Amino acid sequence: MLLDVAISCAAFLLLLAVPAVALGSRPFASSLIYALSVIPLAIVAVVGVSALLGVGEMTTAVLPVGLPWLGSHLSLDALSAFFLVVVGLGGAVTGVYAIGYGRHEHEPWRVLPFYPAFLGAMVIVVLADDASTFLLSWEVMSLLSWALVLAHHRESEAQKAAYVYLVMAGFGTMALLLAFGLLAGGEGGYAFEAIRAGKRSPLAATAILALMLIGAGSKAGLAPLHVWLPLAHPAAPSHVSALMSGVMTKVALYGFIRVVFDLLGPLEWWTSPAVILLGSTTAVLGIVYAMMESDIKKALAYSTIENIGVIFAALGLALAFKASGLTAPAALAFSAALFHIFNHMAFKSLLFMGAGAVLNATGRRDLDGLGGLIGRMPVTSFLVLVGVTAISALPPLNGFASEWLVFQSVLKSPELPQIGLQILIPAAGGLLALAAALVAAAFVRIYGVGFLGRPRSEAARQAKEVDRFSLTAMALLAAICVLAGIFPGLVLDTMAPAVHAMLGSQLPLQAEQPWLTLVPITESRSTYNGLLVMVFIAVSASAAAWMVHRLASRRLRRAPAWDCGFPNADPATQYGAGSFAQPVRRVLGTILMRAHEEVKMPPPGDPSPARHTVHTRDLIWEEIYLRIASTVNVIATRMNHLQFLTIRRYLSLVLFSLVSLLLVLALWN
Amino acid sequence: MGNIAFDLAHLLAGGLVLVSFMMLYQDRLYALLNVFALQAVVLSAAVAWQALIQDASHLYVTALIALVFKALVIPGALHRIIQKLGIHREVEQVVGVGTTMLAGMGLVALSITLMLSLTSAADAIAREDLAFALSVVLLGLLMMVTRRNAVSQVVGFMSLENGLILAATGAKGMPLVVEISVAFSVLIAFIVIGVFLFRIRERFDTVDVGALDSFRGEKR
Amino acid sequence: MELIVNLIVQGIQMALVVALAPLLVGLVRKVKARLTRRRGASLVQPYRDIARLMRKEVVLAENASWLFRVVPYMVFAATWVAAALVPTFATGLQFSWTADLIAIVALLGSARFFLALAGMDVGTSFGGIGSSREMMIATMAEPAMLLTVFSVALVAGSTQLSTVSHFMASPEVGLRVSLGLALVALIIVAIAENARIPVDNPATHLELTMVHEAMVLEYSGRHLAMIEIAAALKLLLYISLIACVFFPWGIATESDSLGAYAVGALAYFAKLGAGGVALAVFETSIAKMRVFRVPDFLGVALMLALLGTLLLFVSRSL
Repeated sequence: MLLDVAISCAAFLLLLAVPAVALGSRPFASSLIYALSVIPLAIVAVVGVSALLGVGEMTTAVLPVGLPWLGSHLSLDALSAFFLVVVGLGGAVTGVYAIGYGRHEHEPWRVLPFYPAFLGAMVIVVLADDASTFLLSWEVMSLLSWALVLAHHRESEAQKAAYVYLVMAGFGTMALLLAFGLLAGGEGGYAFEAIRAGKRSPLAATAILALMLIGAGSKAGLAPLHVWLPLAHPAAPSHVSALMSGVMTKVALYGFIRVVFDLLGPLEWWTSPAVILLGSTTAVLGIVYAMMESDIKKALAYSTIENIGVIFAALGLALAFKASGLTAPAALAFSAALFHIFNHMAFKSLLFMGAGAVLNATGRRDLDGLGGLIGRMPVTSFLVLVGVTAISALPPLNGFASEWLVFQSVLKSPELPQIGLQILIPAAGGLLALAAALVAAAFVRIYGVGFLGRPRSEAARQAKEVDRFSLTAMALLAAICVLAGIFPGLVLDTMAPAVHAMLGSQLPLQAEQPWLTLVPITESRSTYNGLLVMVFIAVSASAAAWMVHRLASRRLRRAPAWDCGFPNADPATQYGAGSFAQPVRRVLGTILMRAHEEVKMPPPGDPSPARHTVHTRDLIWEEIYLRIASTVNVIATRMNHLQFLTIRRYLSLVLFSLVSLLLVLALWN
Repeated sequence: MGNIAFDLAHLLAGGLVLVSFMMLYQDRLYALLNVFALQAVVLSAAVAWQALIQDASHLYVTALIALVFKALVIPGALHRIIQKLGIHREVEQVVGVGTTMLAGMGLVALSITLMLSLTSAADAIAREDLAFALSVVLLGLLMMVTRRNAVSQVVGFMSLENGLILAATGAKGMPLVVEISVAFSVLIAFIVIGVFLFRIRERFDTVDVGALDSFRGEKR
Repeated sequence: MELIVNLIVQGIQMALVVALAPLLVGLVRKVKARLTRRRGASLVQPYRDIARLMRKEVVLAENASWLFRVVPYMVFAATWVAAALVPTFATGLQFSWTADLIAIVALLGSARFFLALAGMDVGTSFGGIGSSREMMIATMAEPAMLLTVFSVALVAGSTQLSTVSHFMASPEVGLRVSLGLALVALIIVAIAENARIPVDNPATHLELTMVHEAMVLEYSGRHLAMIEIAAALKLLLYISLIACVFFPWGIATESDSLGAYAVGALAYFAKLGAGGVALAVFETSIAKMRVFRVPDFLGVALMLALLGTLLLFVSRSL
């Protein structure tokens, strides 16, 4: 019953593309399509929650589409239900935002047909129960998002982004194809049920894990396969950016979890360090790049990479514990990962919506053209502040709760029997701590330069508050951030069936704890109570303010800021994006990005301005991707003369390859 | 004694590793020598403690040798040589401090993993001594690799040797320990003198007075 | 009845930390002055300063937003809550389970986050220079702090400060290198986080050398008073934290007798005094370092903490 509802919602979304094409550029089309997309997604989210709560049974269905001998298997289990909540909630709120935001789109017909179908494809990916349906819907999701990235196709940046994205998505899908090929084995059972029952050697399992890291990891943004993400996510319209960063990366994670935790069966313990280390280095790299980036949407995209890194590290921890049969710590790490997936959906979508609101109000994305928005767009600024606080993992908001669980699972590492892991996991925890501290710095920079201070451009000075729909959507997400932060136990209890389905164990029930405290293991070991922290801070802050105003003084005088005797300083003299990043750039950027500064001072007497230039290099892009590209280029040039052969030679080439293939076959048997 | 014996041995051996890291961190030659002397003091304390808990009086000799030669004589001599020759007082590094430190961490992790899994049969003190000793040896090697200056290379080599002594004393019932350590110390002294003679010659070849004059801008 | 007693004890702790914090600052200043052969201001001078600031009017920069006015109270509240959760004279207080060590670190992180935002709010370059440098210091100090927490938590098997404190007071801890390393790392972090010499100079008002003071340059009157109290509370918190984790002697446990509480309080005062004097001695004996030497200094803390967690496995897996 629940499954049927979800499937019809997905079908509705896919079919919504048709009227979207038909309506085209009519003025009401955008509002109508977005509004219509909200309803099925909200239903999908409700379906997910009720499946998790055990209302209605979880079922499977076979639709007579797809491969003729297989049909299209779809099923709803606890893991799918959790991700349905993520997709449905994220998609529905984004739809509300888009009702307002979409009006500003110059060419709505380039967005509207793809948008609902993209969401529908994501719902199908989550519901898929056989390899062909999964891969097909995955590819549809990729292509539709690619089309959305190309919505502003006249900008050269978007063209480059779309090209890189297409290449990387194709590469990732190829890895997924190979992974499912290995999973299905010689018998070719492509239904998940058959794959689950199959047995595979440790070597094959490791190969599948590696292929999943490439396939799903590239879609989620795992370093060094992340390069397309900071290009493509910001190039799309902002509500699509929110979907891609907040929801689509989660669907990619779903693919990884489904295969590695559910279908693959047991893995050797020595495979987990790769996942943990990849995750934690991705986290640090992503946030260092975010710290250096002055385009607000690009910085947010890099921060997505950081969060994906944290989630992969937690999943790696879960793998390590699971391989040694420690189900309780594995459940802890896995719950932390799922919780962070949910949280990241909320705050990253919120922040991208905020960036979109700023883009609408000022037409600018570069931090150095913004500033002073807190006075001009007060509601947006407040809601973005909530998002910024949440993503910086500050208590009592939700980002901290999941980060705290990750650290708690790091601290369970002594129970592992392998000394290598015991040493490696705290070191990886150190990397995660470094990333967490850098996140706070990066978001002080984004908020401090973008929203505080004095406006740095005329556009920022003229900024106006955005429409109600956008504000409502952002307020909803901000409320989720706060509620999930102060009631983390309820969220964890709700998602517990998903954890149980994957690992066979789950966290102790949190709802029974007094005062809704979070107690992942035992009370004497570690506890955290977001609600009480929130109450204590609120009460003591307001009590202090009240006492001070009542008993001491409440007088206030406005005066110019201290200017060192140089009045009317230009707003450009404020700390900007580049100057705020300077200390961190000097400390970490010199190592990770080969950053160096160049100061050109004119000789005395020369009135020309002094220049200060910062050079940074994207080492991953230059050292890996450009090299591969140039190698491909060289090979292509060499192969060029194959185009100018005689027919006889072509035929001999064909014969030669046929014979060698047959020889290989003969030798193989 | 049990617990205290282990705790103190552990503390001293761990201190040795820590001092090795301090040596990696130094960027002045004199400070480096002081830290090296400190390492020798810690080493002799560690050896003396081993002598006490193993009831092996010959180890006291080793401790004494370490104290006298390595903590006093050699650092003092190196001090004087630096002073006399006016060697550039900053340690010239090939790789940055941070990177070196991280590499050092990796080496320590490696040696701990290796030693603890290889020597699971031995008793506790020997195991952890071996793990620490291997770390000290590797850190000494790392220091020799990452430094250009001859003095810091010699110091690196001698701290490597400190690690060997720690390993030798930690493993109980090694009758030749004294001999080995004495032989090593003599060897070290030879190497020190040899390298220095070589370096001095090199210095006097390259550093000539004419260069100083042109530096001052007084062309004759 | 028991609940009431527990609540009272918790209340005493909350009041105690706020009441003692300025005194601790006064003590450090006094000792520093005596060490440099000055007479120095009286011990209670910080109280007078705060009272005077409270009574003065606030001079607010023209384009300061609401955030700028809210931040002092939030910073104070976050620091106060964090300080109230660290066991001072007794463990196992009524609300001690609200937040563990990691959450306390994060609470201090919240305070710093909002203060740095306030530094950016007015839109002068002082605030910016202070904020950006403060965040740079934090990016090194916070991981070092968390790694220290890891080593302590891996030894004690808990991040709950009361449990850690009990464990550290028990004889089974023994002498451990990693704990020593963690202690040194924590002290370095404490010095950096409290903007003390050699990382920052709390007494300077030369614009280019200060970090924390530059960030709060635009604050005045009652706002500045709140920030000063918060800074004093933070210093007290770090000393209490070091005391309760590494020197947990004399600390009272829950449902102890009144006498035990008194002993705990006396021991706590002694530890605070010793910590303050040690800080003053350290500060007078060392020179402030350049800002871009600070990462190296904090790098040492990071390294020590990491080394501590590594060496932990040698001592424990035997």
